[in-house]
Amino acid sequence: MKKNISSLVKNKSKMNYDLDLLKDMYKKMLLIRRFEEKAGQLYGMGKIGGFCHLYIGQEAVVVGIQSAQMEGDSIVTSYRDHGHMIACDMDPKGVMAELTGREDGYSKGKGGSMHMFSREKGFFGGHGIVAAQVPIGAGLAFAHKYNMNNNVCITYFGDGAANQGQVYESYNIASLWQLPVIFVIENNKYGMGTSVNRSSAGDNLSDRGKAYGIESEIVDGMDIIAVREAAIKAIEYCRLGKGPYILEMKTYRYRGHSMSDPAKYRTRDEVEQIRKTSDPIENIKVLLNKMGVVDKVLKDIDVEIKSIIADAAKFAQDSPEPSPSELYTDITIN
Amino acid sequence: MTIEILMPALSPTMEEGTLAKWLVNEGDSISSGDLIAEIETDKATMEVEAVDDGKIGQLLVPAGTEGVKVNTPIALLIDSTELPHTSIKTIADKPYLEKEKITTELKIKKPVKLEPNSSIITVREALRNAMAEEMRSDKKVFVMGEEVAEYQGAYKVTQGLLDEFGNKRVYDTPITEHGFAGIGIGAAFGNLKPIIEFMTFNFAMQAMDQIINSAAKTLYMSGGQMGCPIVFRGPNGAASRVAAQHSQCYASWYSHCPGLKVVSPWSSKDAKGLLKSAIRDPDPVIFLENEVMYGQSFSCPDDDDFLVPIGQANIEKEGSDVTIIAFSIMVGKSLEAADILNEKGIKAEVINLRSLRPLDTETIINSVKKTNRAVTCEEGFPFAGIGAEISAAINENAFDWLDAPVKRVTGKDVPMPYAANLEKLALPQVDDIVNACTEVCYKR
Ligand SMILES: Cc1ncc(C[n+]2csc(CCOP(=O)(O)OP(=O)(O)O)c2C)c(N)n1
Ligand SMILES: [Mg+2]
Repeated sequence: MKKNISSLVKNKSKMNYDLDLLKDMYKKMLLIRRFEEKAGQLYGMGKIGGFCHLYIGQEAVVVGIQSAQMEGDSIVTSYRDHGHMIACDMDPKGVMAELTGREDGYSKGKGGSMHMFSREKGFFGGHGIVAAQVPIGAGLAFAHKYNMNNNVCITYFGDGAANQGQVYESYNIASLWQLPVIFVIENNKYGMGTSVNRSSAGDNLSDRGKAYGIESEIVDGMDIIAVREAAIKAIEYCRLGKGPYILEMKTYRYRGHSMSDPAKYRTRDEVEQIRKTSDPIENIKVLLNKMGVVDKVLKDIDVEIKSIIADAAKFAQDSPEPSPSELYTDITIN
Repeated sequence: MTIEILMPALSPTMEEGTLAKWLVNEGDSISSGDLIAEIETDKATMEVEAVDDGKIGQLLVPAGTEGVKVNTPIALLIDSTELPHTSIKTIADKPYLEKEKITTELKIKKPVKLEPNSSIITVREALRNAMAEEMRSDKKVFVMGEEVAEYQGAYKVTQGLLDEFGNKRVYDTPITEHGFAGIGIGAAFGNLKPIIEFMTFNFAMQAMDQIINSAAKTLYMSGGQMGCPIVFRGPNGAASRVAAQHSQCYASWYSHCPGLKVVSPWSSKDAKGLLKSAIRDPDPVIFLENEVMYGQSFSCPDDDDFLVPIGQANIEKEGSDVTIIAFSIMVGKSLEAADILNEKGIKAEVINLRSLRPLDTETIINSVKKTNRAVTCEEGFPFAGIGAEISAAINENAFDWLDAPVKRVTGKDVPMPYAANLEKLALPQVDDIVNACTEVCYKR
């Protein structure tokens, strides 16, 4: 599955990558990783409460797909949502302030880690019930089609979520009505403590679209170039009005399911192995090096990102708690 | 520069832990993501990862130290390339202010009184024992749910069941509530006795149709042929800071429906006795637990045949001035309130409902006839809640005995907010019960 770097370099002309794009993708992945590390750290300090699901290891999926989107496309995902928000350019300060439950958070502190939204950036949440976002994504795609705006909806869900009935109800309708939705299965091998092979019958989750006549592809989700390439193809297919598309991203989460998961269902070795051999950020770093970007430049990027994150963390702790009157706002519109 | 590595919080409710083991030595170079230590919390042993790159200068807390408070420096990281303003230290300089307790968890650290032929065990252990005992005595009983087997339960309630009973009796399901609830119901129609664990009752909403339309109504629709002996159990209500989609009390939802029995334990004794009754019961029983209560200890009878009958409330504390009617976690809060009221000269009687349907109206009415005043307590929303039902029952049966209108203490009529301060406002607190009781006693 894993492409080696030299083949990526060879593919470069075909993919018409320019260095700036690669650098941008590197930056964004790093921004997500550093954000998540900081979130983990603030959780450890008791500044963030409740459930907090980190995206570390999966960065290439969302950043690669985002690089293939256009203005106006919509995105919807689960509770493991920090990376998706940063990828669609939501402000790390607002995201972090939501994590600390403060007034300047994207949901005024009322949603927390799992529930953030930005209509402006086309980010439709942040959903806590496994697979609930899948029909919602098909519905957003329905609206795109209805409004004839040529946009698509990227609907992310996990391997565990892929077993929920509402996924197949969505597949059926999306295919029947040719909705412009890309179902992205982020297959990180585990749904909480259950590995895919203990929860899912059949060989590949992506195969399950076949019964509904939905095109699909399995992608190395640790390789951002492969992700982007597949996303370009899928999104173009959708925009042409050919109906939905399934991308199964083989990826991996390095941390526990949430902060309180001891992760005894896998070996330390398994995690280390993947980290060493297929880390998405290390992968693109090697590619950038090969393309002549020197370590000093990468180091400078790292320093810049660390300061963005430090600012976000400070902002998130300085922002006041929401006013008690917020308890009763936003329940109904009138 | 040097950075202090601090004792991390590893769950929403952790305040201290045991530094079980160091995975690094002084002088080791580490980078972000490396495992540095193992820490035991109340729920699990967790591995801790380094956040920054650098070299371990000194281990400040030796391995094996118990009771290390969250945010205590445990090691020094030297030669860190970290920018000064991002260091853990700088941020930690601020006092650790937000970690106020949202719930009243373990606030009453009164010593637990050991009753005869009993042991002091947690609610979690009581639930596990109840299942294990019933599984030993009845081969038809099996357990099914998400993470109940190999993971030992998302909240460790089914710990050890897989080891003892094997994979023919304990099943990990995919995340498919509507499907496995229906499969459980079918198995019950087929004369088995399933215990279905919902990781939390928030996810049982996915299965609502099967629970109501299939489990609750089939006996009636089949003219009495098709009983459904099944238990649906799991944590209900608010945990801590898990926001609107994960913090809801479903007591009034299920209690609304004929065909279901609905119970909700408070203590270990309730948990064991009620769960065993629920498993033996020929009807579908909704068993509403509470995550915050899992770790609390109570005296619990050892007897394998100890049962708490469904439909029987318990008077946890006798009093003459006002009746407080509560269930689940609110019983503990009501007892705390009763202590405070006692100091103010108000003697409160506290009723632990234990069953919501059938409701023990008799115990409630007898108490109200004695005290002439009533306050209901629940975590759920006020509108059409359990308190509304109890209030109606009192109106119908003891109107002439009332000296004041019945008051309801409930969760606020809003989805659960995430922010610590708002969550605290949304949940009913001990003070709310105290105030409601003082009001109905016209002491204010
Ligand atoms: C309907 C429902 N059931 C159970 C849960 C509890 N839960 C939260 S995440 C999760 C695992 C989901 O795994 P997966 O879909 O693979 O996503 P990942 O966490 O790996 O990103 C479970 C069981 C839930 N939130 N909603
Ligand atoms: Mg997964």
